[in-house]
Amino acid sequence: MSIISSLYLVAPEVILSIGSMILLLVCAWGGAKSARIVSILAVATLFAASAVALDFLLNPSFADGGDAFFGQYRLDKFSSLTKLLIYIAAIVSIIIAPRFFENAGVQRSNVMRPEYPVLVLLATTGMGLMVSAVDLLTLYIGLELNSLAAYVLASFLRNDERSAEAGLKYFVLGALASGILLFGMSLLYGFTGTTSFNGINQAFEGGIGTGALFGLIFVLAGLAFKISAVPFHMWTPDVYEGAPTPVTTFFATAPKVAALALTMRVAVEAFGSQVTAWQQIIIFIALASIVVGAVGAIGQTNIKRLLAYSSINNVGFILIGLAAANKAGASAMLVYLIIYVAMTLGSFIAVLDMRDAQGNQVEEISSLAGLSKSRKGLAAAMAIFMFSLAGIPPLFGFWGKFLVFEAAVQADLIILAAIGIAASVIGAFYYLKVIKVIYFDEPADVIVESDSRVHMVLIAIFALFVSPLGYLLARPLSNIADQAANALFWAF
Amino acid sequence: MNELGFPILSLMLAIPTIAAVVCLFLSANSARWMALMATLANLALGIVLWLNYDIGGAQWQFTENAPIFGRFSWALGIDGIALMLIMLSVFLMPICIGASWEAIQKRVGEYMAAFLFMETLMIGVFAAQDIFLFYIFFEAGLIPMYLIIGIWGGADRIYASYKFFLYTLLGSVLMLIAMLWMTNQAGTTDIPTLMNYDFAPEAQTWLWLAFFASFAVKMPMWPVHTWLPDAHVQAPTAGSVILAGVLLKLGGYGFIRFSLPMFPEASAQFVWLIFGLSMVAVVYTSLVALVQHDMKKLIAYSSVAHMAIVTVGLFAFNKQGLEGAMIVMLSHGLVSGALFLCVGVIYDRLHTREIDRYGGLSINMPKYALLFLLFTMASIGLPGTSGFVGEFLSLLGIYKVSSWVALVCTTGIILGAGYMLYLYRRVAYGDLVHEDVKAMSDLSGREMALLAPIAAVVLWMGVYPESFLAPMRQDITTLEARIARAQPQGDAQITMGTPKKEEKGEHGSHEASEGGH
Repeated sequence: MSIISSLYLVAPEVILSIGSMILLLVCAWGGAKSARIVSILAVATLFAASAVALDFLLNPSFADGGDAFFGQYRLDKFSSLTKLLIYIAAIVSIIIAPRFFENAGVQRSNVMRPEYPVLVLLATTGMGLMVSAVDLLTLYIGLELNSLAAYVLASFLRNDERSAEAGLKYFVLGALASGILLFGMSLLYGFTGTTSFNGINQAFEGGIGTGALFGLIFVLAGLAFKISAVPFHMWTPDVYEGAPTPVTTFFATAPKVAALALTMRVAVEAFGSQVTAWQQIIIFIALASIVVGAVGAIGQTNIKRLLAYSSINNVGFILIGLAAANKAGASAMLVYLIIYVAMTLGSFIAVLDMRDAQGNQVEEISSLAGLSKSRKGLAAAMAIFMFSLAGIPPLFGFWGKFLVFEAAVQADLIILAAIGIAASVIGAFYYLKVIKVIYFDEPADVIVESDSRVHMVLIAIFALFVSPLGYLLARPLSNIADQAANALFWAF
Repeated sequence: MNELGFPILSLMLAIPTIAAVVCLFLSANSARWMALMATLANLALGIVLWLNYDIGGAQWQFTENAPIFGRFSWALGIDGIALMLIMLSVFLMPICIGASWEAIQKRVGEYMAAFLFMETLMIGVFAAQDIFLFYIFFEAGLIPMYLIIGIWGGADRIYASYKFFLYTLLGSVLMLIAMLWMTNQAGTTDIPTLMNYDFAPEAQTWLWLAFFASFAVKMPMWPVHTWLPDAHVQAPTAGSVILAGVLLKLGGYGFIRFSLPMFPEASAQFVWLIFGLSMVAVVYTSLVALVQHDMKKLIAYSSVAHMAIVTVGLFAFNKQGLEGAMIVMLSHGLVSGALFLCVGVIYDRLHTREIDRYGGLSINMPKYALLFLLFTMASIGLPGTSGFVGEFLSLLGIYKVSSWVALVCTTGIILGAGYMLYLYRRVAYGDLVHEDVKAMSDLSGREMALLAPIAAVVLWMGVYPESFLAPMRQDITTLEARIARAQPQGDAQITMGTPKKEEKGEHGSHEASEGGH
């Protein structure tokens, strides 16, 4: 395959890289004044990349996808679908940012800097590489590109102690995880003699030795850090709480999708011939994440920390689909991810919209009290997101859980499904707590009317998506996810 | 399409849903009228449904099927059992709205919306023909009820709402896993097909237990009934009516629709469990009801005892038991709903549910005392009221299986008479000792309009139960035939005695004819 056609297959990444380079130059010369134009152009770049990804996804001439750069990178429906999801999350994260930084600027003499959209673009490029990686080296480059941009984003409010702490914590622990991952990769390379997923898979067909098993475990541990699965979740609540809310919104969605998609690809394409070697690990991680995510959230008083535990909890449910290790499981994970992104974006924008009379962000759960009287719309949306995250039918969040449990039952993992679903009741408790504060408590009258129409529209869109109306999309979503899952299981 | 040429069941689901959304945006008074109109429209549609139901016709009527969700479909359809329960729901709904007309003054639009959503979900549960559609309706009912208890409830409402939600959720989730396994095994999500699918008896055991966990909590059976008194006491009057009237029937409906026909062998295997728990429930909760000071709690405990009669009737595996259980469910829905309304009437005047704060109401509230007496008697099961028909049939059914269970459960009727009459005596008889009670006025026109229709139906069901049994008869016969193969043997084996050898002589022949009668 020639370089030209390779470049064609990586078109979304090319667009994003060139876009981010140019915009970086604009920032350098334009200074803080250029923030608005850079944001608009960054969103435009992401839209362009989304259009290409959408074309790859739907255009029948790309049905089988293709490998670029001599088996380093793969374009298939799986990568196109996850990229689309990542780009949407990135677009939303940029759109909601100016309003936040405007107000943060009032108190902390820190205005919205134009680097924010550029860093989001760079991180997004890295994530695109992650989901398309079919080689350990592409994987690592994508992961690091994403992570480095993310570290800076976490500490973006550099005068804010919590933000600086979040960035530092994220960096130190992230670097450790990268080290573990790299060590695992070197072991794998040493024992198989190849870095390509396909090659590793073939080398494992005859059996897996202890050394290579260590490599596999280290790689999975490094990836578990990125998806914030228990027992590598400790950074999540602190980083989510400390990072500026638009950044948290971004962290909770796009990198999660990318890292989970990457984990799926590694597990299926690189270790697919040794399912038994990693299935137990995933089962443990899934159950531990569900339980720790649910129990840890109970005592939280900060809504961002609560949502952090909620994301740990949800990752656990998504991993049940991976533990099933079948096509139904992969498809279920993708549908769950789509719904999860909508729920998470919606709830974080709702958090972003909570401000007191001085324009400060309000993050304490107790100040949400009586929100249903002062701001009916926001309260209703929040209730929808919470019930949906808890997976209570008829909200659409139930559908994701339904599909992963179905996949687990099909794979005869009935005990796993039973324990997982029983633990979801613990999770329901803290979601109910938020609803209780919003609906049952006497008004605290802290939060004032929102003046941002953009937020309102976005919240309404996501709330409608996870409302029972979402079931009308269940079939098309399953169709597209099935195709993506087929692309992932190409070797089977 | 169905017999009527339009999707009547979908329409019955759509009307309250749309009205609920509209109510959210209306002022208090318009929301009340909107809700009343919508529920009355649904009652009218329900009557159309009943009139057009072809008794003795196809098992599933008014069926609709639109496979729009991919993994499961929008499949609706009813048999006689579902028809009767839908009628119960649509009949009670306008009464609930009427009962909240003056009692609810804050956030009326949201309140009415919650009730209308509730109605959609209840009709959906009974009409769903797809197992996952059923599950979604079944579970979704938690959300509006949680909000109704939590927002408009009494002082301890938060605890009660949590308990209600988490108890019932924990009960239900395992059922979902069982459903996933079943559909994976049988390759269909269609309830009528699954009702005739024979699962392996070993698998049935686990599936039955998973379903039991859910339905036993909903029912509620002893010892998982403790959420019910809390929820009832804290819920607003109309919330209690709908909880006792319809939501408790979901458990019984689940047993009759899922547990029995889908897992006959397992049902027979666990008969001892059902009988044991029900016997304890009948005696224990009746005794607990006897010592209550709170009127709502007393009625709540009596509900648990009545539901235990339903479960023994269902698991008697014979026609009398099943028919009796269905009539008890319908009758209890009406009677306990009416009793909660009666409590609500005096609660609205005095704002206490403490029994000792009342007394002598028959003097200044004669109309109220009369209706309250009727419902008290119906709850006891006096012949001529609906309660008698159901309890008699259920106990007859269970007597064929086990005389001991029948004996213990019959004490429930005696104890029921005890606590209900004791309640009535303390509230209605005696002298008017409290000044504030003296000032209480008799039933208003609105309250009469709520209670009179229920009284009429209670008497109708007591005097001529055939109207209600006829639509269900064929379905119960089908069910009985389906579970006959697993029927446990009764303990009362009637065997023909061998006649004594006829002795020669006049004397002997005389004795033989004497012994024959």
